[in-house]
Amino acid sequence: MSFEVVLQSIFSAAFIATVIRVSTPLILPAMGGLISELSGAINIALEGVMLAAAFTGVVVSGFAPQWFPGAPEWVYALAGGVVGVLVGMAMGWMIAFFHLELKTDIILTGLAMNILAAGGTVFLMFSLTGDKGSTSTLDSAQLPAVQIPLVNNIPILGTLLNGENGAGYNIMSYIAFVLVAVIWVFLYRMSSGVHLRATGEMPDAAQSVGINIRRTRYWALVASGACAALGGLYLSMGYLSIFQANMTAGRGFIALAVVYLGNRNPIGTLIAALIFGTASALGTRLGTMAIPPQLVEMIPPVVTIAALVLYNIRRRARLNAAARRFQEQTEAAHA
Amino acid sequence: MAALVEMKQISKVYPNGVVANRNVDFAVERGEIHALVGENGAGKSTLMKVLYGLEQPTHGEIWLKGARVEIPNPHRAIELGIGMVHQNFMLVPSFTIAENIVLGSEPRKGRFLDRAQAIAVTEMLSKNYGLQVDPTARIEATPVGMRQRVEILKTLYRGADLLILDEPTAVLTPQETDELFVAVRKLVDQGKTVIFITHKLVEVKEISDRVTVMRHGEVTGRVATADVTEADIARMMVGRAVFLQIDKPPVQRGRVVAEVRNLGYVAETGRPMLRNVNFDVYAGEILGVAGVEGNGQTELVEVMTGLRPATTGEIRIDGTPVQGQSARRIRLSGVAHIPEDRLTNGVALDASIAENLVVDRYNRPPFTRRGALSPRAIQTQAVALMQQFDIRAAGPTALMRSLSGGNMQKVIVAREFSAEPALLIAAQPTRGVDIGATEFVHTQLVAKRNEGKAVLLVSADLAEVMSLSDRIAVMYKGEIVGILENGPHLTEEEIGLYMLGLKRDEGARGEL
Repeated sequence: MSFEVVLQSIFSAAFIATVIRVSTPLILPAMGGLISELSGAINIALEGVMLAAAFTGVVVSGFAPQWFPGAPEWVYALAGGVVGVLVGMAMGWMIAFFHLELKTDIILTGLAMNILAAGGTVFLMFSLTGDKGSTSTLDSAQLPAVQIPLVNNIPILGTLLNGENGAGYNIMSYIAFVLVAVIWVFLYRMSSGVHLRATGEMPDAAQSVGINIRRTRYWALVASGACAALGGLYLSMGYLSIFQANMTAGRGFIALAVVYLGNRNPIGTLIAALIFGTASALGTRLGTMAIPPQLVEMIPPVVTIAALVLYNIRRRARLNAAARRFQEQTEAAHA
Repeated sequence: MAALVEMKQISKVYPNGVVANRNVDFAVERGEIHALVGENGAGKSTLMKVLYGLEQPTHGEIWLKGARVEIPNPHRAIELGIGMVHQNFMLVPSFTIAENIVLGSEPRKGRFLDRAQAIAVTEMLSKNYGLQVDPTARIEATPVGMRQRVEILKTLYRGADLLILDEPTAVLTPQETDELFVAVRKLVDQGKTVIFITHKLVEVKEISDRVTVMRHGEVTGRVATADVTEADIARMMVGRAVFLQIDKPPVQRGRVVAEVRNLGYVAETGRPMLRNVNFDVYAGEILGVAGVEGNGQTELVEVMTGLRPATTGEIRIDGTPVQGQSARRIRLSGVAHIPEDRLTNGVALDASIAENLVVDRYNRPPFTRRGALSPRAIQTQAVALMQQFDIRAAGPTALMRSLSGGNMQKVIVAREFSAEPALLIAAQPTRGVDIGATEFVHTQLVAKRNEGKAVLLVSADLAEVMSLSDRIAVMYKGEIVGILENGPHLTEEEIGLYMLGLKRDEGARGEL
């Protein structure tokens, strides 16, 4: 296996298609994490929400044909998606309720949600399907892919716009990118978004002008749950078509890291999610070659750490440069 | 005609039993400037928080323009035309001035913000009321005086007819204060009513039409300003005469204790906070550091005490370089520190008085013997220090949390003074402390100086710096712009010129 082949496979339209597929379940929960973080209520339950929503989507779309037979396939998929999002919003609301009304610690509350989701999904899966590992026995629906017409005949563009097999990206990938734009507009161009940012940065100031901090954080956590749920639904109804125990594999936590790596704004968060997605995709590519899988699996976290280190080195360099400039200025001024 | 605002028999008892207001009657006439004065903790701020809906009275009524009103939250207060400028500015640092002014009731174009309109409104208000601001500047990059103008504009934008200014001059230089007074008078000329909270009597006389005086949560006087003297108001405030004059023998300068050379500090944010700072502190003198808050005083103290690393420069204590060392090493070199932020850096709130008194020396004999703490030695020390420093509490095992601000500060003073330092750094040592404890701290600082210790006093209270210091270093934008000999010839206005950066001594930069 030569180095050239590796490079070839990386710099290809197919690779970019993979990056988009792998990044989708990071972008969606990261947007949720961003909203709650900016409102001043950190949501560390993104992982648990994703897991619960992924499970709900599969179960609802899998059992719906038995309950309401005769409807077209897309209705079951939609039902799974809608109920999954509702479960995510409910979990966000519960965190908000415990934290804001009962004054529990938000980190511990989020942690509890994660544990609840991890155990609860396996328990319910076993109760419903008799299997503890996955729902492979359940015929669940998938969310549709959106194919852009006519471009498949154009060699590179076809792969780029419609993925490797030309079937188009899952609708959730489109939602993810649209969501970034929507959230940007919301945060910087709409008063409720501005209120949300003010609440997170300076709660006293927000309160003193009549912004309801509690209500803002409620909505932020509920919206955060909805976004994370979309990410979870993509995993079990798009990326795969089954639910597996712990199938999120830490993506909810990575999404949270992505928010900070992205400097707590939507565009930065999107870029950070894509960097991480690229690293994961790279891992998958190299996994097909004769490289020990342990090394390959290390790539995403190593890239994340490297990105953080680079970011901080650059920041410090900037600080030092500023300090030097300033020292020179004062020395010049008083020479 | 009924008064604009009448507060009748307002009482406020906090859940922890503190009575902040007791049967307070307070009335403001339309179009007047009404000063509300009293010491720290007299209940002024609480009364105004009740009026602004931030606190609910335990009982009592509020009447506005002759009708009874309920004010459950600030939102309602704003609707009723009441605006408040808080002592701690309620501004979002990363937002622009225009964004802050319209926050909460933004002009919109359809579903979206109308940002051009926000800027236009800001410029219009700024012009109408003569309050100069730059609408597109971010709050974090603007000086304190401008932030205050933003706060006032914010209330005007919301249609306030009654403005409550909570200690507005506390953070201003004398010149900025004058500008504020001009603006306040202009507001009243345009039909607004102003409640001016302060504890500075000079300001009461200068700006107000009438004055209400509070002490210990009750009203002790309600007079027309023209009818009384400053001394009259002072008597109503404290119930006894205040001695601001401090007896001090002439300075006997000893050796150089602390040498600070070319000290520079750049904050995390990349903003330089200290620039090429040079000074010496001698044994037997108090060197005061004056300046509007936020001009590097906090950073100077934190760098000197090892709480932050210096970016450049050198600090020597009795000839030994200490920069870059840990706070403990610096303490062992003979530096004691009364920190500015008492609750964060000064004490452990959930530990006892005795524990707080031993925290810098617990690992040395007699407090530790053969690796084990000696509770008896710790107890003995606590009892002795509590007596010596007049700390009033249930006993050495009382939790810090249960103490008043004044007694808490006495615990810190007791610990720092008993450490027998060569250099004592006191940052805002009397902030939020009652008059009795303030006098005590002042006396103790002078006593240390007379013993031949070096004292570095950093305070935002210019009167404090001027009445205690032998020399005064003035900081502006992270630099020391002048080191002045204190004496009868030195006036507040003179220092104010330095504080505002209007005047600087080039000599202040070199060797002193």
